[in-house]
Amino acid sequence: MNRSLILKLFSIIFVLGAWEIGGRIPISFAFPTFFDSIVAFFNLILDGTMFKAYAETLKPLIVGVLISAVIGISIGVLIGLSDKIDWLISPIFIVMQAAPLAALIPLLILAYGIGLTSKVFVVCIMAMPVIVLNTASSVKSVSSSLKEMCRSFLGTKVDEIFKIILPASAPIIFAGLRLGISAGFIGAILSELKITPTGIGDIITYSRSIADYPSMYAAIFSIILLAVLFLNFLEVIELKLFKGSNTKHVND
Amino acid sequence: MSGIVKVKNVFKNYGKVEALRDMSLDFPQGKLTSLLGPSGCGKTTLLKIIAGIIKPDSGEVLVNDQIVKGPGPDRAFVFQDFALLPWANVLRNVAFGLELRKVAISERESIAEKYIEAVGLKGFEKSYPHELSGGMKQRVGLARALSVDAKVLLLDEPFSAVDEQTRRKFQEDLLDLIKKEKKTFIFVTHSIEEAVYVSDQIAILLPRPSRVSEIIKPTNLKNKNPENIRRDPEYLDIVDKIWFSLKTYVE
Repeated sequence: MNRSLILKLFSIIFVLGAWEIGGRIPISFAFPTFFDSIVAFFNLILDGTMFKAYAETLKPLIVGVLISAVIGISIGVLIGLSDKIDWLISPIFIVMQAAPLAALIPLLILAYGIGLTSKVFVVCIMAMPVIVLNTASSVKSVSSSLKEMCRSFLGTKVDEIFKIILPASAPIIFAGLRLGISAGFIGAILSELKITPTGIGDIITYSRSIADYPSMYAAIFSIILLAVLFLNFLEVIELKLFKGSNTKHVND
Repeated sequence: MSGIVKVKNVFKNYGKVEALRDMSLDFPQGKLTSLLGPSGCGKTTLLKIIAGIIKPDSGEVLVNDQIVKGPGPDRAFVFQDFALLPWANVLRNVAFGLELRKVAISERESIAEKYIEAVGLKGFEKSYPHELSGGMKQRVGLARALSVDAKVLLLDEPFSAVDEQTRRKFQEDLLDLIKKEKKTFIFVTHSIEEAVYVSDQIAILLPRPSRVSEIIKPTNLKNKNPENIRRDPEYLDIVDKIWFSLKTYVE
């Protein structure tokens, strides 16, 4: 555990070090050093810009991720339970996953305008497929002998879903949720860059237009930091929830 | 004596493969009947049909003169691969059959504790399945089946995933348990020695087409000390006899 922590720290230092060196060479006049970016980062926090920005950016992100999680897991379970639903619905999500989202954004704007709805849609399109497909495949791979056991001890179909299938597939559903949320982060930023510049997308666009590159990278850095912290937080919850069955846990 | 479980003219096909053809068999009350045969003779299929997990294509199974339409409270199943919930501790696993029957938590846990002790796992109530050996896992499976208090216990090769020494100990414990519990046991196995050691009645099943070739009833073994059975002349004779009738079906 300690060793893994040291290695993780080392990998972070390595990346940040490369950034600093790259900024000092400099690779491009538009590429600031790590320290300049950090200074800009704290300036943005101190003058409150960052908080206002996140209040905007997190709106479509949270709404979109919540919708994707609830609907995505439900649809995934249905697909996993029935072959017919699988054939009917899976192709939609496979296409959704493969579709070049940036190209679809003009269509979304035509249909839903430039407000929150479109941005939530972008987040959902990014986050939902991986949640649905992961849930479906984990539900399908639940051991048939556990399901037989439930039936032979007089369990109903509802018991089977809530006492066998969901707990058995929970670790993989959770992994899908984590992938979905990180895709949701991408979606949230993409929507702010492609639809209307608000929140973090606004800081990025604005500071680029006035050549304030440290602020631009500070904004990018902040969203990455937030995503990583959130995903780690989710992993901690996951470990707590699945203490009994963490023998096959995937660690990253 | 008429059987508590009666299988009448059961047919079952998997696609083109004929698993059971016109199978009829009676299982006497309070006895342990083994279904013994080489792999592919349909013994597990027959057991799952009795359990109500698989539906026969035609024919019927009667338990206590009631036609089996699905799983029922009169039967409990012990699985070859244990089928324990990996996320639940021993106590919850043993009580799971009662949990599905909506028995209140305090009541089901006290019943479960009683059977955890009966199968020799006292002190492991809070352990998780991945912390137990194969033999201990199957004891959990057995305790779960006993705790729902079914009249008929169906055991599907319960010891096949357990190592040899553990299996012997387990078989001896099973004999004790049968004496105490007064239930009807139906036991699927592919081990001749195991069948002769634990059974009151052995049904030999042969494959292609699947049928009962003979029924053997060891008469005097049950009254003997479990530790002496394995060198008893009757035991050895029966093992030999079964081997001669099965030999031709083993490639």
